[in-house]
Amino acid sequence: MRGHLSLRRRQCQNRGMTEETTEISLTVNGEQVTRTVPVRRHLVDFLRLDLNLTGSHLACEHGVCGACTVRVDGVVARGCLMLAVQANGADVVTIEGLSASGEVADLQMEFETRNAAQCGFCTPGMVMTSAELLAQMTSGGGVPDREVIRDHLSGNLCRCTGYQAIIDAVEATAKARARIATGDSA
Amino acid sequence: MSPADGSGPGLVGKPVARPNIRRLIHGKGRYTDDITVPHMLHVAFVRSPYGHARINGIDASMAETSPGVVRIVTGAEVAEICKPMHAVAAHRPGHKSAVQNMLATDHACYQGEPVAAVVAASRAEAEDAVDLVIVDWEELPAVMDMMEALEPGATPIHAELGDNLCFQHATRTGDVDSALAAAAFTVEHEFEFGRHTAVTLEGRAILADWDPVEERLTVHQSHQSPYQMQDIYSRHLGIPEHKVQVITPDIGGGFGLKINVHGEEVAVVAISKMMGRPVKYTADRMDSFVADCQTRDHLNTAKMGVDANGKITSMDYDNTLSVGPYTAYIRFGLAEGMMAITCAAAPYALTDYHARTRAVYVNKGIVGMFRGVGVPVGCTVTEVLVDQAAAKAGVDPVEFRRSNFHRDEDYPLTTVGGYAAKSMSLHRCLDACVDIMDYDALRTDQAQAREANVYRGVGVATFVEAAAFGPVYYGPSGARVSTQDGCTVKLEPSGVVRCMTSVTDQGQGTLTGIAQIVADQLGIGMDDIDVISGDSATTPYGGGAWASRGMAMGGEAALQAGKALKANILDLAASILQTTADTLTLGGGEIRDVATGEARMDLAELAKVGYFRQDTLPTGTQPELMVTRHHVPNTPYYVANGVQGAQVEIDIETGFIKLLGWWMADDCGRVVNPLMVDEQIRGGIIQGIGNTLYEHSQYDETGQLMNASLADYLLPMAGEMPDIKIAHVETPLTNTELGANGIGESGTIGAIAVLWCAVNDALRPLGAQVTKQPFTPEHILDVIAKAGR
Repeated sequence: MRGHLSLRRRQCQNRGMTEETTEISLTVNGEQVTRTVPVRRHLVDFLRLDLNLTGSHLACEHGVCGACTVRVDGVVARGCLMLAVQANGADVVTIEGLSASGEVADLQMEFETRNAAQCGFCTPGMVMTSAELLAQMTSGGGVPDREVIRDHLSGNLCRCTGYQAIIDAVEATAKARARIATGDSA
Repeated sequence: MSPADGSGPGLVGKPVARPNIRRLIHGKGRYTDDITVPHMLHVAFVRSPYGHARINGIDASMAETSPGVVRIVTGAEVAEICKPMHAVAAHRPGHKSAVQNMLATDHACYQGEPVAAVVAASRAEAEDAVDLVIVDWEELPAVMDMMEALEPGATPIHAELGDNLCFQHATRTGDVDSALAAAAFTVEHEFEFGRHTAVTLEGRAILADWDPVEERLTVHQSHQSPYQMQDIYSRHLGIPEHKVQVITPDIGGGFGLKINVHGEEVAVVAISKMMGRPVKYTADRMDSFVADCQTRDHLNTAKMGVDANGKITSMDYDNTLSVGPYTAYIRFGLAEGMMAITCAAAPYALTDYHARTRAVYVNKGIVGMFRGVGVPVGCTVTEVLVDQAAAKAGVDPVEFRRSNFHRDEDYPLTTVGGYAAKSMSLHRCLDACVDIMDYDALRTDQAQAREANVYRGVGVATFVEAAAFGPVYYGPSGARVSTQDGCTVKLEPSGVVRCMTSVTDQGQGTLTGIAQIVADQLGIGMDDIDVISGDSATTPYGGGAWASRGMAMGGEAALQAGKALKANILDLAASILQTTADTLTLGGGEIRDVATGEARMDLAELAKVGYFRQDTLPTGTQPELMVTRHHVPNTPYYVANGVQGAQVEIDIETGFIKLLGWWMADDCGRVVNPLMVDEQIRGGIIQGIGNTLYEHSQYDETGQLMNASLADYLLPMAGEMPDIKIAHVETPLTNTELGANGIGESGTIGAIAVLWCAVNDALRPLGAQVTKQPFTPEHILDVIAKAGR
């Protein structure tokens, strides 16, 4: 799927030409994968179509909504704003890999008990983005206040929840981790 | 509501987490676009680039040679095997609509209307070839302004209809002209509600799989009602209904959008039937903006009369809305206006009322169903006038409301707009909301802020929501809309329970509520029950999800099914235990003695006898360990109500509005699960805020949608949204045993009204009042400038 479907008639640049492809090798959720992909295929289509990792979602395809958020070389990235070929050699983690690693098991439990997801379409992106904030905290950032959490998640559109439960879930996880870090079990 | 003997775990009323949320949080959701089947093709649509145009021909020859393309299907080809849509409401005299083909054949009436489909091996290749389909367009003048569209001599979009008036209706109670003339004072205002769209995060999606060997259709679709779509595919494509199975997997947001029938989705099924292959279509964001059913787009004027005692006596309300070029199939776009004029003034004890609604055809997207359906409009018009009347009377708006609400002793009553209310809890909700907002403190804060030249506003708005519509509403219209819902409950041989419900769940938590209700009836825990939904072939027939009905209708059906299964279980147990059923009850997964609570036998043992050891039972015993019950409401709708409060701050230099606080006191009858109810409220409020502050589908005068992307169409994000405090006033409905009412739309309805009230409250010292939503900074500055002149 492509971001911009022109409603105006226009010339197709590569009419009748065979699709250009290239081979890429990368690590996805800890597994080495090698595939031949169309050079125009963006990363999230590669994950969904070539690897059947359907936890990353497409909702705007131009970097606004955050539903396709994945981790590339340790940093969250929009899967729709990056081509698969740009991920050649990279270490990519998707919601499937992040979940399996257990890194955000506490956050996911907070999402569950607070009903911080309704339709769930934005949720993988929310979890990926929240994980980044929580990881920053672990590396010395301290417990973020609600405004910081809201700002951090302001690139992720949720149409169902009203955000409050998501903010609550992230805040509760941050506080719990801080308690564990300081050895305070209270 | 645990069983009366207290033996059940009492799950109803508890904030039980959703068992089906975990897979979504772990990225294991299964949405329509995630599903792939062998031999599948992909569709992209050729759409009208014009707001209004004739199609003189389609040349697909170049597109057909594009890589990956299998076939180009035109609207005319679809029409050969698929009956068109014609939405005319039999119960609304004078309503008229043109016949609408699934894909336009010779006349495109809005930008983005699909006219042909490219079927290709991949979505990307289908989209490549869309640009190569040459359509011979003849652009026609676009009818864009709803008032101009109504003028005598305006060119009708559909010549066969004669003019652009889709429908008009007036309602009159008492003598409004005399009452307004006799009033001590009147207030009047203009209200424009911008057109917007639903923006479900997951676009509409469908995977249609016609098996030409068995002549059987299987559809996976992101839709709120698999039953409705089974009916549509059967009738429009001539497929016997028992050979049509519609499955609705995980759905990435519905909000009413996905109860509509979109022609392109039916066309996808037609294409699959034509080609004998599975075909998938997923709307991308551009498709969604131009071709999803849209909503609102109302112009209103209204006037309210108040007597010398500060009592509202009368209201005259004129509503006009544009519904696009066709009446939406199958539920009609008329409800937007009808609901607005019916719900207006509903909380107040006035006596004289006149209202008119006119629905107008224009060359914009089709107006369909969306959360709130017209009620936010009528509610806002009323609440803004009430505030203006209170200000003119010099009375605090909370006090003014209190003295003008229906009195608690006056129920049952019919409101001037026509709502029949058995009861409402207006006074209790107002008290509860004022209490949680600490209203007096907010007024003190407001006064202090004004001394510092800061403009803060406090809004309080009452809303009344008619939820869970019954057969009286759609039945006579001719639309095949099921207002009944059903539930099957089955005891499995190991003693656990499965439910099959006709209610669908797009994240509301309805299925969790149903599990709680049935579990309570059978005395089991959440771990021992599972709920299946969203399959037209295997679940009871019903409505799906619409009109805030899931818990009210589907919950009651589940309660009755659970109760009936309990009776059957106890009958069987009595037979096994050689006692009478009335000495037994269920609790903790056991059949227990009523008097002593002693466990006599567990459900697994009972099920083992019922399924495998019938030889041990008295001759002729027929164990019935699966039961189905349905519920259809006995009234046109159930009336829910509540009050919202909001505090805002307006920067009068920039026109920006900051949301400082938000509160809601709601009465949705029995609260089955407060966690789910609160999240419905919060999500609904944020959508209402988005509608009022940001969202606007902006068309230019030629019919071009100017902001068809998420970069240009603004939505609420986490950074700007407030935390919301909620109080529950719980008045169980007396219509059903469960007593639950609707909650899905209350947040949105009240949020829009209260935001108008709060912003106007902040602007009142400047002599300014907003007149149109969304409240852009430009509009705020405009009304301030106008007031200053």
